[in-house]
Amino acid sequence: MSKVQVETRINGEGVEFLCEPQQTLLEVLRETLSRTGTKEGCATGDCGACSVLLDGRLVCSCLVLGVEAEGKEVTTIEGIAGNDGLHPIQQKFLERAALQCGICTPGLIVATKALLDKHKNPDEETIRYWLAGNLCRCTGYDKIIRAVQDAAEELAYEA
Amino acid sequence: MAEAVDYKVVGTRPIRPDGVDKVTGRAQYGADLNLPNMLYGKVLRSPHAHAKIKSVDVSKALAMDGVYAAVSGADFPTAAHGDIGGEGGGDVADVAKNVMARDKVLYHGHAVAAVAATSQSIADAALAAIDVEYDVLTPVLDVDEAMADDAPLLDENCFTANLPEKPDKPSNIAAVMQLARGNVEEGFEAADVIVEGDYNIPMAHQGYIEPHACTATINEAGQATVWCCTQGHFEFRSMTAKLLGMEIADLKFIASEIGGGFGGKTVVYLEPLAVLLSKQSGRPVKMMMTREDVFRATGPTSGTHCKVKVGAKKDGTLTAATAWLAYEAGAFAGAPMGPGAMCVFAPYELENFHIEAFDVLVNKPKVAAYRAPGAPQAAHAIEVALDDLARQLDMDPIDLRLKNAVSEGTQASYGPKFPRIGFKECLEAAKAHPNYTKPLPEGAGRGVAAGFWFNVGMQSSAEVHINENGSVIVVEGNPDIGGSRASMCIMAAETLGVEYDSVRALVGDTESTGFSNVTGGSRTTFATGMAVIEACEDIIAQCKARAAATWGVDEDQVEWEDGQAVPAPGVNADVKPLSLADIAASAHKTGGPLLGRASLNAQGAGASFAVNICDLQVDAETGKVDVLGFTAVQDAGRAIHPDYVEGQMQGGASQGLGWALNEEYIFDKNGVMENAGFLDYRIPVASDLPMIDCEIVEVPNPSHPYGVRGVGETPIVAPLAAAANAVRDATGVRVNDLPLSPPRLLDAIDSAE
Repeated sequence: MSKVQVETRINGEGVEFLCEPQQTLLEVLRETLSRTGTKEGCATGDCGACSVLLDGRLVCSCLVLGVEAEGKEVTTIEGIAGNDGLHPIQQKFLERAALQCGICTPGLIVATKALLDKHKNPDEETIRYWLAGNLCRCTGYDKIIRAVQDAAEELAYEA
Repeated sequence: MAEAVDYKVVGTRPIRPDGVDKVTGRAQYGADLNLPNMLYGKVLRSPHAHAKIKSVDVSKALAMDGVYAAVSGADFPTAAHGDIGGEGGGDVADVAKNVMARDKVLYHGHAVAAVAATSQSIADAALAAIDVEYDVLTPVLDVDEAMADDAPLLDENCFTANLPEKPDKPSNIAAVMQLARGNVEEGFEAADVIVEGDYNIPMAHQGYIEPHACTATINEAGQATVWCCTQGHFEFRSMTAKLLGMEIADLKFIASEIGGGFGGKTVVYLEPLAVLLSKQSGRPVKMMMTREDVFRATGPTSGTHCKVKVGAKKDGTLTAATAWLAYEAGAFAGAPMGPGAMCVFAPYELENFHIEAFDVLVNKPKVAAYRAPGAPQAAHAIEVALDDLARQLDMDPIDLRLKNAVSEGTQASYGPKFPRIGFKECLEAAKAHPNYTKPLPEGAGRGVAAGFWFNVGMQSSAEVHINENGSVIVVEGNPDIGGSRASMCIMAAETLGVEYDSVRALVGDTESTGFSNVTGGSRTTFATGMAVIEACEDIIAQCKARAAATWGVDEDQVEWEDGQAVPAPGVNADVKPLSLADIAASAHKTGGPLLGRASLNAQGAGASFAVNICDLQVDAETGKVDVLGFTAVQDAGRAIHPDYVEGQMQGGASQGLGWALNEEYIFDKNGVMENAGFLDYRIPVASDLPMIDCEIVEVPNPSHPYGVRGVGETPIVAPLAAAANAVRDATGVRVNDLPLSPPRLLDAIDSAE
C-alpha cells in the first residue's frame, strides 16, 4: 500500500513521517514514531486513553487519521512536563494517588490539561463531565477528581 | 478504628516509586514494546458460537507478500489434561483449545487461526485470505437452557463431576458442589418469617482499559522471550510451556506494566500464539487485541441464576437458609461456583443450611477470574433476600446483619473456624457513619449490603539488595497493578528502619527473581509483603552479625533499632551504632555485599469483610438511576498505604455499581455479543459517580507481621446488592435481576403501578 508523507509538529518538534492513508494518528504515534505514552484502550473513541491535543483541541487520536496531522501541532503526554519538571497536573495525580494501573493516566492528564486551559476554576460537575470521555476502571474517579481540583487550585495560584 | 501501633512508615501515604513514569507516558505497558524486524500477529476468530471446524486452510494467507507465518489448531501440540495453575485457569487441555480452537468452535470470537505480517494492514488482509469451513451447530446460550435434559451438548465427553456416581450420559453441567449443615427443614419450621428470591445476572466483563498484548521472540535454539501484560508472568510462563510443549527454562517472561486485570489477565490468550508465530517466521511478533477481541474472547465473569431462601425468628435470628447457584462457565469448565457456594452464607451464623452449585457450559467465552470470582453474584442473592427479610421484620438492615454476624471462633459455612475477623466492627462502623443517618432527598433511597472474601496467600519470593550507600532495592515477582511497589517499599522501610525514599522496588522477570504466583486473590501486599519483610529480616540478621564481628561481641549482643545496629541493653561495648549505610559502606571488608532473600507459601490470609451504603434516586420517566452517595466500609487488617486501600475500595464500588446498574453481555439468538465495545458495554464514567466515601476498619490479621488483610477483591462483593436494595428503597419495587438498567427498571416501575 502506498504511503503518504506527512509533516507535522509533535510536542514542539518538527516531525515527518510516512503512513498508510487509513492509519490513525494513534497508530502512527505508537507504532511508527514510538511515542507510546499515548495508549490504546478501544480504538473507537470511547475510552479516551489515546487523548491528545490537536492544535490545542482535545481529541481521541484513534479517531484522527495520521494524514490529518499534516501542518498541525500535536501535544501528547510526552509533551506535558516541562524542562523544569512535572506539570502541576502530573504532580497532583501523584500526590492524590489518582492512578492505580496507570493506563488511563496519560489520557486523563491530557484531558485535564485541555479542561484547565479552558476553565480556570471548574466545579466538580464540570470536571466530571469534561472527563466523562476518559474511562478509568481502577479508581472510581474519586481521587482523579480531587487531583484535578488540586491542580486547578495550584494553577490558579501560579497565575 | 485503628489500634494504636507505633509505626513510622506503615500507614503513611508517600508517592509511589513508579509514579513519575506513569504520569509522563514513560511507563511501558503490554503493547509498548517494538523490536527491530518485528512482525504484527493477528487472530482470525470464529463467526459462529457453536460449530464443527471441517477445515482450515492458511495457504493463501501464507503466500501473500509480507506474511511470514500462519498457524491454526493443527500446528499446536495436543495438550494433556491437568491443572493449568493460576487463578481460575482450569484444565490445560481446555486452555489449549481456548487459545486456538481444534475441532470445534465454542463461542463467537473463538480463535481459529493466526498470522504474522510486516504491517497490521497486511495481517488483516491475510486473515481475510484464510479459508475455514464450518458445520454450524445450535448454540446453547443460557444457563437454564444448558442444564435442560435435551440441551445440545458443547462437549460430548463432559460428564458431571462430583456426583456420587459417574453419570451414564454427558451433560453441559461440568461439575456440581454441595455444602450443608444441620437440618434445613427443621430450621424453616422454626422460622417466623421466610423469604425467597430468584435472581438472574448476565455475564459482565472485568473491563480493564488495556487490551491484552505481548511481544515474543524465539531464537534458533528454541529460547524464547515474551514481554506481556500479565498478572503473573511465572504462571504465564508455565502455561505457555504446557501449551507449546516447551521446556520452562527456555521461556523467559518479562511482565510489562499492566493496565488493569481484575483477574482477567491471569490466563494466557495471545502469548502461546506469538511464540509459535515467532518460531515459524524467525522474527519477533507483537500481538495486540482490539477492544472487540477483549469482549468477545477474554474472560468475562459468569452469568448466573441463583435462588435463595432464608428463614428467621421475629428477633431476626436466622434459622435456616438454602442456596441454588448456577454459574455459566462459558465454553469450558471452570466457573467460580466453588467460591460462590463458599461465600454465599459466609458472613452469617447459620445452624441449618444447604448450598448447591453448578458449573455449566454455554456457548459464550470461557470465563476468567474477576475480582472475588463468584462472590458478587452469590452475595447479591443473599443480601437482597436479607434486605427483604429486614423489611418484613421491620428491622434495621444493619441490625439484622449484626444479629447474625460471624466473629472469631464461628464455624464458617465453608468449613474452618474464623480467626480474628472484623465483620462486626465493619457493621458497627457503617451504622455509626454519618452517611447512614443523613437525611435523603425526596424520592431517593438507601440500601446496605455486606460482602465477604477469603483472600489467599500462595507462593512469593523476594530479594533485598543493600546498595553501597545503604539505599535499598527490593526485587519481587508480582506485577504492580495498583501501587504494590509503594506498599513493598513501605514495609521494607518499616522493617529495616530506614526512610521510604531510600527504598526502590522492582518487579523481576522470570529469570531474575524467584517464583511468585499471580498478582491476584488479594495476595500481593499480604504474601509478597511478607516475603519482603522476611528478606529484610534476613538483611537485619546479616547486619547484626557484621556489627558483632566489627565490635568483637557475640551476635546476640547486637540489636537492630531505628535502622542501626546497637549493643543490646547491658552489653558493655564502647561502640558507635552502625547504620545500614555504615554497614553497607564497609561491606567489602566484612564479607561482601548484603543480599537478603525469602521465599514462602503464605498461610493465614485474613478473611475480609465490607459493608456498603448506597444512596440513589430513580428517574420515574426514564428509569435512569443516579447514584447520590456511596460509602464503603472495609476491614483492611492494616492499611499499609491507605490511599491505595481506599483506591481499591472506590474502584470496587465503581465496578460493582456498573455491574448493578448497566453492564451486561447482550447476545443475539445466534450467540453473537451485540455490545462488544465501550460505547454499548457502558462502564461507569466520571459523570456517573459521586465521590465514594471510605472508612478503613483495621482489625489486624494475626498471621501477618503488620496485620495486613488483602483488600483488592472484597470491595466488589457488596455493591450489587447495596444498589439493588437502594433501588427497592427508592421505588418501593423489588427487582431481582440485574442490571438495573433503565429499560428493566422502567418496566418494573410501570408494571407495579
